[in-house]
Amino acid sequence: MSETNVLTHGMNVAALGRNEAALSLENEDICLEVKDLDLYYGTKKALNGINMCIPRKRVTAYIGPSGCGKSTLLRCFNRMNDLVDEARVEGGIYLDEENIYDPAVNVADLRRRVGMVFQKPNPFPKSIYENVAYGLRLQGINSRRVLDEVVERSLRGAALWDEVKDRLHDNALGMSGGQQQRLVIARAIAIEPEVLLLDEPASALDPISTLKIEELINELKSKYTIVIVTHNMQQAARVSDYTAFMYLGELIEFGDTSTLFTNPVEKQTEDYITGRYG
Amino acid sequence: MKNWWKSGDPLIWLTGAAVTISIVVVAGLLLLIASRGLGHFWPASIVEAEYVEKNGSTIRVIGEIRETEQVPSSQLKDAGYEVKGEWMERHLLKTGNRDLLGLDFRWVLKDSMQNVRYPEKLMAVERREWGNFYGYLKLIKENGKVIAQGEQAWDVLQARLERTLSIHDTIRQIEKHDIGKINYGLEKLRLHQRRLELDEELTAEKLAEITADKAEFEAQYAVLNKDLAKLYKEIQRDSLVAQIMDDREIEIPLAKIVHAYRPNSLNMGQKMQFYFAKAWEFMTDEPREANTEGGIFPAIFGTVIMVFIMSIIVTPFGVIAAVYLREYAKQGFLTRVIRIAVNNLAGVPSIVYGVFGLGFFVYFLGGSIDQLFYPEALPAPTFGTSGVLWASLTLAILTVPVVIVSTEEGLSRIPKSIREGSLALGATKAETLWRTVLPMASPAMMTGLILAIARAAGEVAPLMLVGVVKLAPSLVIDFNAPFMHLERKFMHLGFHIYDVGFQSPNVEAARPLVYATSFLLVAVIVLLNLAAIWIRNHLREKYKGLETS
Repeated sequence: MSETNVLTHGMNVAALGRNEAALSLENEDICLEVKDLDLYYGTKKALNGINMCIPRKRVTAYIGPSGCGKSTLLRCFNRMNDLVDEARVEGGIYLDEENIYDPAVNVADLRRRVGMVFQKPNPFPKSIYENVAYGLRLQGINSRRVLDEVVERSLRGAALWDEVKDRLHDNALGMSGGQQQRLVIARAIAIEPEVLLLDEPASALDPISTLKIEELINELKSKYTIVIVTHNMQQAARVSDYTAFMYLGELIEFGDTSTLFTNPVEKQTEDYITGRYG
Repeated sequence: MKNWWKSGDPLIWLTGAAVTISIVVVAGLLLLIASRGLGHFWPASIVEAEYVEKNGSTIRVIGEIRETEQVPSSQLKDAGYEVKGEWMERHLLKTGNRDLLGLDFRWVLKDSMQNVRYPEKLMAVERREWGNFYGYLKLIKENGKVIAQGEQAWDVLQARLERTLSIHDTIRQIEKHDIGKINYGLEKLRLHQRRLELDEELTAEKLAEITADKAEFEAQYAVLNKDLAKLYKEIQRDSLVAQIMDDREIEIPLAKIVHAYRPNSLNMGQKMQFYFAKAWEFMTDEPREANTEGGIFPAIFGTVIMVFIMSIIVTPFGVIAAVYLREYAKQGFLTRVIRIAVNNLAGVPSIVYGVFGLGFFVYFLGGSIDQLFYPEALPAPTFGTSGVLWASLTLAILTVPVVIVSTEEGLSRIPKSIREGSLALGATKAETLWRTVLPMASPAMMTGLILAIARAAGEVAPLMLVGVVKLAPSLVIDFNAPFMHLERKFMHLGFHIYDVGFQSPNVEAARPLVYATSFLLVAVIVLLNLAAIWIRNHLREKYKGLETS
């Protein structure tokens, strides 16, 4: 069988054809730019010379085998790697032309502009309302009226409002996994970040919840720049506009999704996509 | 057989047995203390008998049988008694009337007591001094004149006693509160004047002001004094005459009497009433007779206040130290050393803490505070002597390792994902700690506090050096501004037990009180712990569901 058929086998062809107008990086407004990024855990080099641009208000996916550094790279965007003592970063990441690794940068401010959703849902042991309002209270907003409005808006934005509107003050931990993850997304968008980083957001969820999350991502991209890490290639193909393939700490290929999945440039990419190695 | 071992059943039995034994031991301890201590309030019957003494003469004895024990006959024979059989029984008889008979307890041989009877008319009188009085009521006198005798005397006595007791309360109120307030005010004026003298700011007009205030206080005092004199005269009006066991007739002014009752004629209901009244008095009254009689309210108050102040000091210190050690300090060699040092602090003998508290807090800190802020009171120390503040601080240091360790435990159990979630929303580390981590660690902090309270409420040795006294003239909190007097000495239940048990002039009289006070101490600690546990369970409910994630 021809290569193309093997590639499209098992994938939703209609989804691939979604992005008809060929996306091209030259036409995009660039939100995040990574320049010669190296990351060391102690002496071990985990990221090697990464250069890429993340386009604004699009979904960019990172794919690659386990241990290739996609989550590590993602965590660089909001400097969560600072929490690891042995991690050391060289090079720069530029958010709207400013290097986020500049020592003068206020990390808390950065994290307000670049939000993150983790693999395992981690709602706080508070009520649903308080979870979503957490980020706002941090900024000093305590007015009941403002909070009510923002909480409702965020929960609607996360497609969770109808399910929880009658029990906003119940403990968040009483919800199912899928609901908790959507709550975490609501919590993240409540503070209106510019970028949303999603680290395998659906990998711990059942297929129905996964579907809901994917629909959500599709809606959210009109307002936020989204970067998603996933080990599920089909999901990357369904959801993203641009895809980056990484291997052993290096960026192998980056391009718009339909091209990368149908006509990859690098042989390594092709081998991965066709499943010749995992 | 081997299958039985393998099935795990033996372990179930073993662990069940261990728990049962522990419960039995604790219950047994409580029962022992309760039975020996709570019996103190029960109105015991008074016995009357003819007693044949060693030399053959017969005397009448009246008293309460406190204890009965078996004595080997050989011991008695050596003492010169006539003996029968291997063992003889003897009673510890409380004959009371210490001022009249010399001692109020004596051992009597059971066999030598003849014609043992429990007359209904036999009266027991609880007095303000010299302990109990036992005898037969003969007459009531008013201003020296006999106004009742024989049968009516009893009812008249009770009526007059009520009046006397209420006058006594009024006198106490005036002396303690009203005159106490005046004394307090005068003392403050004196200190104020001395202060001005030291600062060389004493002008003629200020002096005139102070003298005027003093005069006002003294005028108030004169009025109160007059009232007091009148009341004293009134209270001395009545007295009773009673016959004691050696046939002497004794007159007792009613002013000296707390209770007069006929225990042999009380029915069960009345005895229970008496019991609860006595128990209540024990918990709310002040001590008398060198702490061997009366109530122990100041000790209860002192213990509770000290525990509160200690908790207020130790919780923030312990929690902040634990947060620093776990969250902020680099986990290197120095942090490990600090942690080891903290853990060892828990093993230091408590009396060493007392010595440290005395040297550092009382002499050094207290002395400096006196020099700086209270120079007018010198050479009498204000803070430079033992007091409730230093005692609480000493015990806080003693228990801080417990709080640190359990708070650290609680902090370490909080999943990293929660912290990362908070940081990812733009919170600083401090905000994350304050808004998420610390509330989630609050059950562990409460656990630490519970352990601290349990330890501190029972420690007596360090307190003897830094704050407790046998008898405190006033409470730490009263109605005189500034209401909290942290420099005052206080009474403590644990020390009270020691003092009553070992330092009292009359050990036999005091023994039931030792048990009663122990029971109360255990009860107070249990109550404090229950309160803390209730709060902790309430907090646990709030953060449930996170343990499994």
